[in-house]
Amino acid sequence: MNSSKNRYLASPYLIWSAGFIIIPLIMVLYYAFTDYDGRLTFSNVSAIIYYVNIKALVLSVIFSVVATLFCLLIAYPLCLILTTVIKNGSSFLSLIFILPMWMNSLLRTYAWQNILERKGVINGILAFLNLPPFYIINKPPAILLGMIYDFLPFMVLPVYNSVSRIDKDILNAARDLGADSFDTFVRIIWPLSLPGVISGITMVFVPSLTTFVISDILGGGKILLIGNVIEQLFTQDSDWNAGAGLSAILMIFIVISMFVTAKYDREDIK
Amino acid sequence: MSNKLIDLQHITKSYSGNTVLDDLCLYIRENEFLTLLGPSGCGKTTTLRIIGGFETPDSGQVLFEGKDITALPPNKREVNTVFQKYALFPHMTIADNIAFGLKIRKKSSAYIKDKIKYALKLVNLDGFEDRMPDSLSGGQQQRIAIARAIVNEPKVLLLDEPLGALDLKLRQDMQYELIRLKNELGITFIYVTHDQEEALTMSDTIVVMNQGYIQQIGSPVNIYNEPENAFVADFIGDSNIIEGVMIRDELVEILGARFDCVDKGFGENNPVDVVIRPEDIDLLGPGEGALDGVVTDTIFKGVHYEMCVMSRGFEFVVHSTDYYPVDSKVSISVHPFDIQIMHKPESEDEKAVEIDE
Repeated sequence: MNSSKNRYLASPYLIWSAGFIIIPLIMVLYYAFTDYDGRLTFSNVSAIIYYVNIKALVLSVIFSVVATLFCLLIAYPLCLILTTVIKNGSSFLSLIFILPMWMNSLLRTYAWQNILERKGVINGILAFLNLPPFYIINKPPAILLGMIYDFLPFMVLPVYNSVSRIDKDILNAARDLGADSFDTFVRIIWPLSLPGVISGITMVFVPSLTTFVISDILGGGKILLIGNVIEQLFTQDSDWNAGAGLSAILMIFIVISMFVTAKYDREDIK
Repeated sequence: MSNKLIDLQHITKSYSGNTVLDDLCLYIRENEFLTLLGPSGCGKTTTLRIIGGFETPDSGQVLFEGKDITALPPNKREVNTVFQKYALFPHMTIADNIAFGLKIRKKSSAYIKDKIKYALKLVNLDGFEDRMPDSLSGGQQQRIAIARAIVNEPKVLLLDEPLGALDLKLRQDMQYELIRLKNELGITFIYVTHDQEEALTMSDTIVVMNQGYIQQIGSPVNIYNEPENAFVADFIGDSNIIEGVMIRDELVEILGARFDCVDKGFGENNPVDVVIRPEDIDLLGPGEGALDGVVTDTIFKGVHYEMCVMSRGFEFVVHSTDYYPVDSKVSISVHPFDIQIMHKPESEDEKAVEIDE
């Protein structure tokens, strides 16, 4: 009786996931495998082999991998410092890193555009100091910078959580048993923080792979990522079938990446 | 049991202006089971952490076999710690946990394998090699924590309230287990606890601490029977602490009645504190003992009855196997050698003791 009661409590969630996750997913797959007249076709999906599309996809994967790597390289030492070196006030410091998350990401990206522009903030200062100008806007580094800045909090949060949850006595025990700082990191801190690292990687990699806003604003429309291609198919070409076809391909990549990380998660943490 | 293995000299430690240890001097001999006993906040854990190397004293020195190790990090010290909450590595098997220190020291895998087997046998957990820590009960985890420490053959094992999280029956079993381990290994144990029974059962030497000061150092029998001040008397077991006047050597006046005792050297007509253990009071019929009184409360405790006897405004706690119902008229009698006389607190550190009560 109790369990049937509990099942009722889950019904809003079921309705929610059916209405906003399962049905849209089926629609995407339906459009992906049909043509304009509703006939079954694989041409939307196989369109990925066209040079423009495959180039955009490869570029997206490279950008996402690099951005994820940079986020990890910045976030991990930061979290170590926050949890071990600065014990007091570390919550305030981590708040500073989380705070930008509360701002609209579009707004943040436009801010970077203003900063990096040919006549933007940085070049204004450089000109004032009689230094040569600095152009990275509309180039890959600008897009990477945008991705790293936008998605860094998604790496910091889970990593900070997992690192800060490690019992201080466990670290003391490692030291007590003869481990120096390096051994303690390699044998204790890193393996115990892996769940956080893995969810951080997923949370940065997936939005980086699918973004079109950052590449649009900071890339000046000159660099097409797979997100931009799909967006153009939907909005400019109104070709929902072709857009859905490439989306389905992208989904496969995301599922693979989540599968790989989930597998590591289980293996290392048990 | 003669050499000073660890020598703490004039250790002072404070946290943000709050003094935890004040000029503490203490030495630990080889192969001793020494217990630091006291209420929470008395500085016992801080003392242990200073020996382990997790805290650095503000001033003073830690000598180990005569060498100054005050600034040496924990991984360079020949001591190992068993932590209060076990602190097993949750991502490693039991075997890997035990092997941790040996792997760091780059021992051969055959040696490590033998050691794991030996250590698990020693703590009665053979065959647990491939289990994960979270699949073990609290008592089993604590044994593994001990096994993990002793495979490194430390000269000293530091134990920080290791039985605190276990239930009563298990705690008593583990006490005997620890004594057996200590005898088999022949190493020095430094044990921290707030449980006086634990301290009395296991220790060679008990160090009673309060508010950063050592109150008394002695054997369990010595500490129990001859507490040096009111704090020790009150903290170790139940006791009746009564203000009295030392009339002359071997005669003390309590609540207007005179008792023979065996203490000397307290002067004449000097105010003193008198300690009488509840089990040392004999209840007799009215008029037969030194002080008449009325039983105000009786509780059955299993082995004995705990009774409160009101006499001339003071409530004595009495342990006796004889039953006296509430409102019985009785009298109190005490053997001279069961009366313990203590000086009234005079110095600063003794006064600190009084405030706490």
